[in-house]
Amino acid sequence: MHHLLMLAAQDPGELQKGLTAVGRGIVYGGAAIGPGIGIGIVVGNAITAMSRQPEAAGVARTTMFLGIAFTEALALFGFVLAFIISG
Amino acid sequence: MLLGLDVPPISHLVRWENLFGTSGPFGINKVVLLTWLAVIIVLTFFFIARKRELVPRGSQNFAEAIIDFVRNDIILQTMGSEGLYWTPFLLTLFSFIFVCNIFEIIPAIQMPVTARMAIPFFMTMIVYFIYHFMGIKHQGVGGYFKSMLFPPGVPKALYLLVSPIEFITFFFTRPLSLSVRLFANMLAGHLLLVTFSILTAALFSATYIGAIVPGSLLVALYGFEFLVAVLQAFIFTILTAVYIGGSMHPEH
Repeated sequence: MHHLLMLAAQDPGELQKGLTAVGRGIVYGGAAIGPGIGIGIVVGNAITAMSRQPEAAGVARTTMFLGIAFTEALALFGFVLAFIISG
Repeated sequence: MLLGLDVPPISHLVRWENLFGTSGPFGINKVVLLTWLAVIIVLTFFFIARKRELVPRGSQNFAEAIIDFVRNDIILQTMGSEGLYWTPFLLTLFSFIFVCNIFEIIPAIQMPVTARMAIPFFMTMIVYFIYHFMGIKHQGVGGYFKSMLFPPGVPKALYLLVSPIEFITFFFTRPLSLSVRLFANMLAGHLLLVTFSILTAALFSATYIGAIVPGSLLVALYGFEFLVAVLQAFIFTILTAVYIGGSMHPEH
């Protein structure tokens, strides 16, 4: 750690570039946690609904895609934000 | 830098030189040409397919399948039978977005037009004005804002919390998420294909055998991106239908 800090002190530009890259990774990784869980719940419950009532599978599928779209939007905001962050 | 690979910065992957000596806001580059090509493809396809034979063949068959899909799986599921008035608009949206997306995986083109923000944003603006206009037309200005900000069935004290959230949802979150969803999905797919192509090329030039795994993954990703192209066109269209239907008939 000390060695790294010494290296960084010699070239602050490199430190900033590295921290930007780390920040991008954290932003996208953090943004993907919630939607990942959410999409799992949406699809799981849709499959339960479809297997309980196969005749209503069409409605369940349409609603499932809608739910995925709303949940997924949060992850995509994180994806775009990760590119907007610049050092 | 990954394993000594040179992954180009993102601006090199989606930004194209102006062609034909044009410049500035009227500059014509590859993306503009592809947009025109998408318009021409959609128009030509439906123009060829418009003959009305009782037993459809060839292109008419395909066109009728698409119209059937938009009608049964998008409109009737979300807006009910009154939404059939919007079939031409939603069909145009669906076909145009699909053709724009599918450019991503066509060899020698390989650039999804919707991976630039301008086109998703423009289409979202059209949808945004249409659903506000339809809400005001069907419910009047006061009725529309009342059903938007004060949804029925909520305890009175909760309106302090619900109304600002609903306002932000209707005016900012909906258009933002609608355009960013399409844009970010296509951009992510494009970057994924670029990364795997670079990896495959580098491993192929260094060790011939090492390119087998990323190469076969690349082929699989092409199939996956076809799925994404269809799904994103479908989701954009169905959300448009939900928004328009929701502002025409508020929940009771």
